[in-house]
Amino acid sequence: MNAENNIKTLIVKKPLKLDCGKTINEFPIAYETYGSLNKNKDNAILVFHALTGDQFVTGQNPITKKDGWWSYAVGPDKAIDTKKYFVICANVMGGCMGSFGPSHEDPSTGTAFGANFPVITINDMVNAQYNLLDHFGIDKLFSIAGGSMGGMQVLQFISNFPDKAKTVIPIACTSSHSAQNIAFNELGRQAIAADSNWKGGGYSSEDTIPNKGLAVARMAAHITYLSKKGLQEKFGRKLQEREDLKFGFDADFQIESYLRYQGSVFVDRFDANSYLYITRAMDYFDLAKQYKGNLSDAFRATRAKFFIISFTSDWLYPTQENKDIVIALNSIGADVGFVEIESDKGHDSFLLDVPDFLSALKNFLDKSYTEI
Amino acid sequence: MKNEFQVIAELIEKDKKVLDVGCGDGILMQFLKNNKNTNIRGLEISKSKVQECIAKGLTVIEGNAEKDLKQFPDKSFEYVVLSQTLQAFLNPELVINELLRVGKKAIVTIPNFGYWRVRLHLLIKGTMPITKTLPDEWYNTPNIHMCSIKDFFYFAKSRNIKIFKSLAINNQNVSIVNDGNLTIKNFFADLGIFLIEK
Repeated sequence: MNAENNIKTLIVKKPLKLDCGKTINEFPIAYETYGSLNKNKDNAILVFHALTGDQFVTGQNPITKKDGWWSYAVGPDKAIDTKKYFVICANVMGGCMGSFGPSHEDPSTGTAFGANFPVITINDMVNAQYNLLDHFGIDKLFSIAGGSMGGMQVLQFISNFPDKAKTVIPIACTSSHSAQNIAFNELGRQAIAADSNWKGGGYSSEDTIPNKGLAVARMAAHITYLSKKGLQEKFGRKLQEREDLKFGFDADFQIESYLRYQGSVFVDRFDANSYLYITRAMDYFDLAKQYKGNLSDAFRATRAKFFIISFTSDWLYPTQENKDIVIALNSIGADVGFVEIESDKGHDSFLLDVPDFLSALKNFLDKSYTEI
Repeated sequence: MKNEFQVIAELIEKDKKVLDVGCGDGILMQFLKNNKNTNIRGLEISKSKVQECIAKGLTVIEGNAEKDLKQFPDKSFEYVVLSQTLQAFLNPELVINELLRVGKKAIVTIPNFGYWRVRLHLLIKGTMPITKTLPDEWYNTPNIHMCSIKDFFYFAKSRNIKIFKSLAINNQNVSIVNDGNLTIKNFFADLGIFLIEK
């Protein structure tokens, strides 16, 4: 996919030392931008994507031909208004949309890295993306924002670069992956590893990709993004194009058919090894641990204005885990606002048309922009 | 802005750090921010009110004073304001202690249950008092710990809470309450405002 002309790429010349100990050189970061950078270069927002997202935030994704993953929130006159702000988003390291990842060629073997790609962390991801600021000549971002794993990158970014953003918006995220989070990710990884096409990460050509394992991983994960109530209301026990149960293992229920569909479309756009690496990075994320157990210390050096948002029906990164970040910030007197948005749409709420969320995001950004 | 807020704002000097507990739609916060250059934060339980505050560009945390004040360090604000909400808490004493821990000083306002109209309502009608400041019926009122200006005075004394200033509001009239006029003010004021410290 890297050969696609539609992918903008920055080749980072500066060596980057990864948390695993390895140093990488001359690696690509694929990115996309929306809107335009103003003369003072003070209207830039760096958006971070979640596990299966990419740099194509809004509009039509040129690769998948679907709407960008944050089309509800980002665009002209939307919450993150691209008439006003310059939005930058990079594909995370380890990803499969052009940034340095396991499908890249390993110069020492001439084949794809596969499982020989270094294990990367959220910290490595934001350190790599930081190079985009230099690339655009931006001294200070107006804002950094992201949901889920994007929110984790937001937290890591401001703790690494405390004076590089004026406002900070972590959404539906956590400062430390819980046992339950790790458990679900492990389920996905094991599904991939159990697919004989995975070959220890050594698959390469189109016909041997571990798409069954990856589809199961996606199906399991997809359940965690929705709420019980949301699922019940949408599907209940409705049957899939049949009058009655068939006493077999085909998709009798609509929910089964829906999940199978989600799994099947996912494998067309995502790489199994990337899925392993990125979920691993999420599992390794524990910001407090980086500061000897004191989460507040991660934010002590910044004067940025924080706005934290959670959703009532998100059981993957529940409100309390978002509130723990608020508490850590309040205990050092940081400027932090917090709201829990009422929604039945589960963790995915941040990606969907949830008007209370979108208006809070818009109001926070627009008011902050006039003040700072 | 209502008279009560004018009085509260006058008690707060310029350039201070203030927490408004139960800040509602942020009217007082906005006034303090614009007129007193206050570094102002709010805590509010209602989601829709929090949204209104965000739309005004105010820094507000959605939360409950009984549970969420404990995240703020000791004396981290110069003033903590609690406007007409004390009577709605399960444990007002705990909330007062928290206000005085978090703030160097606290400003607390209470609807006065000793107000003559309140007394008269119960005396004549024999039903729970409904007034302009206490508009709800007994079965749907959030107010579960009503007190009078006198009650608050005695409470502060018994807990060694220093009252710097106490003011009585009756319509547009604001007057100072002291030991000498307490009984009179407790009868004629419908709102009490206390600047306290511990």
